[in-house]
Amino acid sequence: MTQDNPLLDVRNLTKFYGAQIGCARVSFDLWPGEVLGIVGESGSGKSTLLNCLAGHLPPDRGEVIFDTRAEGPKDTLTMSEPERRMLGRTDWAFVHQHARDGLRMGVSAGGNVGERLMAVGARHYGEIRDQALDWLGRVEISESRIDDRPTTFSGGMQQRLQIARNLVTGPRLVFMDEPTGGLDVSVQARLLDLLRGLVRDMGLSAIVVTHDLAVVRLLADRLMVMKDGHVVETGLTDQVLDDPQHAYTQLLVSSVLQV
Amino acid sequence: MEPPMIDISDVSKAFTLHNQGAAEIGVMRGASLAVAPGECVALVGASGAGKSTLMRMIYGNYLAASGAIRVGGLDVTKAAPREILALRRDTLGYVSQFLRVVPRVPTREVVAEPLLRLGAEAGEALAKAEAMLARVNLPERLWSLSPTTFSGGEQQRVNVARGFIHPYPALLLDEPTASLDGANREVVLALIEEAKARGAAIVGIFHDEEARARVCDREIDVTGFTPGRAA
Repeated sequence: MTQDNPLLDVRNLTKFYGAQIGCARVSFDLWPGEVLGIVGESGSGKSTLLNCLAGHLPPDRGEVIFDTRAEGPKDTLTMSEPERRMLGRTDWAFVHQHARDGLRMGVSAGGNVGERLMAVGARHYGEIRDQALDWLGRVEISESRIDDRPTTFSGGMQQRLQIARNLVTGPRLVFMDEPTGGLDVSVQARLLDLLRGLVRDMGLSAIVVTHDLAVVRLLADRLMVMKDGHVVETGLTDQVLDDPQHAYTQLLVSSVLQV
Repeated sequence: MEPPMIDISDVSKAFTLHNQGAAEIGVMRGASLAVAPGECVALVGASGAGKSTLMRMIYGNYLAASGAIRVGGLDVTKAAPREILALRRDTLGYVSQFLRVVPRVPTREVVAEPLLRLGAEAGEALAKAEAMLARVNLPERLWSLSPTTFSGGEQQRVNVARGFIHPYPALLLDEPTASLDGANREVVLALIEEAKARGAAIVGIFHDEEARARVCDREIDVTGFTPGRAA
């Protein structure tokens, strides 16, 4: 890992659903510590792209080159399955829109966090519990809830628990699919603040898919706008939102309701 | 003479409104300006003449159509996003008229954020933020509250505190004294004078004529950069 390599280098990523375009010829790079927002309407291909990047969907063409700790830049699409799964448990994390997709609902809060540590080889019960406690604290979940199941948590708490579960192994790249979607606005703000602090303090890179322009303005350094499976505009987040160049981005920005 | 810290040459800007018949509106042509370390230049001209547009282009917030804008040697018109992000973190500060923050984040953390981004230790960054908030006379009882509910003058002082907490070598100031009373205006003018004394190059918009006369070394009338007008 050097400062001269992007953490992620995506080239010509293309995915079809039959004759239908999922996403087409998407290329970009992501540098350590950067947060990239991907915006677009439903059906624009942003979730398809995220799932192809994270290895949840096999793309038809393209490369997703990740700067691995051990061997430097490597195409994750041609990696062996065990190697990719290991990446998914260590350097990568995926925060789902619905916390229940990223949590084990029948396992305690502490177990949810500890499980990911055990998956990378942690065995000492006391240490696992200590780390789980530390992470629950960081995401503002009270220590007294460690043995409760996430089914007893509010939506905002579940989402914070999912984030703790994902970040406990110290990943370098986090994929987020509408991380604040479906939450009350007051809970959204708290979650945004938490995510910003974690990104800054851990030096994380993140790719955040959302349709919420207010969220990307506060969370993302760079922005990619998608329409019909294609990237129509990229740039600094504030530049794309304040001086949009493409007709579609102009429409998107001017359609936001003011409060 | 020292090389300019901010160097703008032959910059033009147009907006294309794709959803309004692709109307193309030229707003600036042939803009040139150089600001040396320790110098403060005021942008003047009537409303709509392009003062804010030029300032936003220097910050990389608006794209220039042509020309070059070098800040600390980096041409922001051609730089990659991550280079502009690094420039804004280390070199180029901006005191905006508007406060845009994550709701519910305490004021002291909003002000400390530029230092945290530079890798400062949290305790030290917060201590500096509190010292700066005290300097701009923001009552201590407000420090733990989010600035989103503050008055215009209070929000402006939060912006000023955040913009001056790191000794940026280049600074952009958009009406930094606009909604302030006499005593607080004096604090901000003193901060600007100190920044100049340590060698910051400053570009500012000041409707406050007295303030402008006191801290600015030169005025540039951006009306001269309006397309269709003899420069």
